[in-house]
Amino acid sequence: MLYNIFIDPFVQMAQMPDLLVQTLWEGLVAGVLYALIALGFVLIFKASGVFNFAQGIMVVFAGLTLVGLYEKLSPSTGQGLGAFLALVLTIGVMFVLAWTIERVVLRPLVNQPDIILFMATFGITFFLIGFGESIFGGSPKKMITEQLLLPTGAIDLNILGGRVIIQKLDIAAAVIAGLMVAGLALFFQYTRIGRALRAVADSHKAALSVGISLNQIWVIVWFTAGIVALVTGIMWGARSDVSFGLSVIALKALPVLILGGFTSVPGAIVGGLIIGIGEKMGEFYWGPLVGGGIESWLAYIIALAFLLFRPQGLFGDKIIERI
Amino acid sequence: MSGAGLGKGDELLKVENVSLRFGGVKAITDVSFDIRKGEIRAIIGPNGAGKTSMLNCINGFYHPQEGAITYKGIKRGRMRPYVAASQGIARTFQNVALFKGMTTLDNIMVGRTLKMSSPFFWQLWRHGPAMREEVEHRRFVEEIIDFLEIEHIRKVPVGKLPYGLQKRVELGRALAMQPELLLLDEPMAGMNLEEKEDMCRFILDVSSQYGTTIALIEHDIGVVMDLSDRVVVLEYGRKIADGTPDVVKADQKVIDAYLGVGH
Ligand SMILES: Nc1ncnc2c1ncn2[C@@H]1O[C@H](COP(=O)(O)OP(=O)(O)O)[C@@H](O)[C@H]1O
Ligand SMILES: [Mg+2]
Repeated sequence: MLYNIFIDPFVQMAQMPDLLVQTLWEGLVAGVLYALIALGFVLIFKASGVFNFAQGIMVVFAGLTLVGLYEKLSPSTGQGLGAFLALVLTIGVMFVLAWTIERVVLRPLVNQPDIILFMATFGITFFLIGFGESIFGGSPKKMITEQLLLPTGAIDLNILGGRVIIQKLDIAAAVIAGLMVAGLALFFQYTRIGRALRAVADSHKAALSVGISLNQIWVIVWFTAGIVALVTGIMWGARSDVSFGLSVIALKALPVLILGGFTSVPGAIVGGLIIGIGEKMGEFYWGPLVGGGIESWLAYIIALAFLLFRPQGLFGDKIIERI
Repeated sequence: MSGAGLGKGDELLKVENVSLRFGGVKAITDVSFDIRKGEIRAIIGPNGAGKTSMLNCINGFYHPQEGAITYKGIKRGRMRPYVAASQGIARTFQNVALFKGMTTLDNIMVGRTLKMSSPFFWQLWRHGPAMREEVEHRRFVEEIIDFLEIEHIRKVPVGKLPYGLQKRVELGRALAMQPELLLLDEPMAGMNLEEKEDMCRFILDVSSQYGTTIALIEHDIGVVMDLSDRVVVLEYGRKIADGTPDVVKADQKVIDAYLGVGH
């Protein structure tokens, strides 16, 4: 038994490096998507102190809106133009959503305890589910992957004495996610809005005293989180289907946040990758020992183990101080 | 930087019969006083007297239940800090409130937020008007940095600075707003003698060079007597004296309530 746990998996890794690389790659891709979801949480948490339960639903809602609009538009515009228009309109919808949430939810509740705001995000969740279903229907939809000019198919690599199969879409997902994170980092570091966002994240009262409008900042940060959700929705939807079932992936964000810290953008990214890779490795090499199915709970075990040693997360300052 | 038609010595801010309660706690009770353009107005009183609460009312953090605040001749309703800031009211905090992860330079740059006129979203495009503007503001901020003698810490994250310097950066951020009325909440608390002297000098220079009106909360009576033109004294949320430093110093109620208890 000890041999099976501590020795055999590593022997396998050494003997079949192609499988190891394949598993690592799959973990990496899953990790990138977890990281994106966690990133959406962190942005909102930093700027408004709200733990946004709705982030997972925002992913689905964005994906559903995109596909739904495409279905309505493409018969008259053709596929390519339809997809492009649907994308632009969906970005617009995410902005309207951010603006509405600020007006209807955040602004009236601003001086309420954080738990009230947390509960309000449950409200947003159910609103988005109901609203999305009533407009676009409840049945799962296929993501418009090719129409958005995302690559499909796979690359077959004959390396390391075996085969490694890499989906082109996964490469695109990793590259796009990387670009988006880099873009956000530059935005935060070098623009005036970015500076204001960092200021608000550091101290609300100081930001208010110099005349930064929290309302404006909230719209911007919810909109940014909406865009992150849209990208996540496209990538995730392309690998399965777009349906509200997808929102359970948001549950994966929690262990990522525990690992990375609730207030750290690098933490969200590194945490996402660790969880993604850890999960796939665990499932592949240790899963058979317990009859499989490790993937659904291993993330929590990793996060909990980590919590014991570093409660503030990898890069975080203070953990969940605000809820 | 001059107010709409206000000359030196005119009433810039008037507080009338203001009362502020937190549940059962009366932080301020029926306080009235005024601040004249160009003066340094000290607010003193023992701990818990309601001095900080008064500043919070003036810059829109708190909303008094009773009374009125008139600024530049206009009576204000319930106002947000954003509005106070855009009308030219800047402040520092008793327990330094800085953007700890950001550099000195960035902290002070944030103070320019309201002076930046190119539309918010223009900033995404770092060329043309937005870029020129950024450069101009940068120059202004460098002047403040020179003025406060903090060139050596321009690029240091302020969280790493000693307390005395943090207070100075916070003053810099407030000055970056080119305020008409500057509210300073115990700017010298926790400083050593040398730092205090520097800070006194800066406050006097701000007042004389820029003509900024200053409301100053300070515990060190010596400092207050040296710096201020007029002093208002609070105790348990009530005003107990108001006048020039000499008059206030000689007031028996003040001696009993405040000077007597060893501050
Ligand atoms: N946000 C608040 N909530 C409840 N009580 C407050 C709040 N702010 C101030 N107080 C109370 O108001 C009174 C005056 O406080 P403060 O204005 O800070 O005094 P000072 O600055 O003169 O030391 C104190 O009793 C304080 O506890
Ligand atoms: Mg105080």
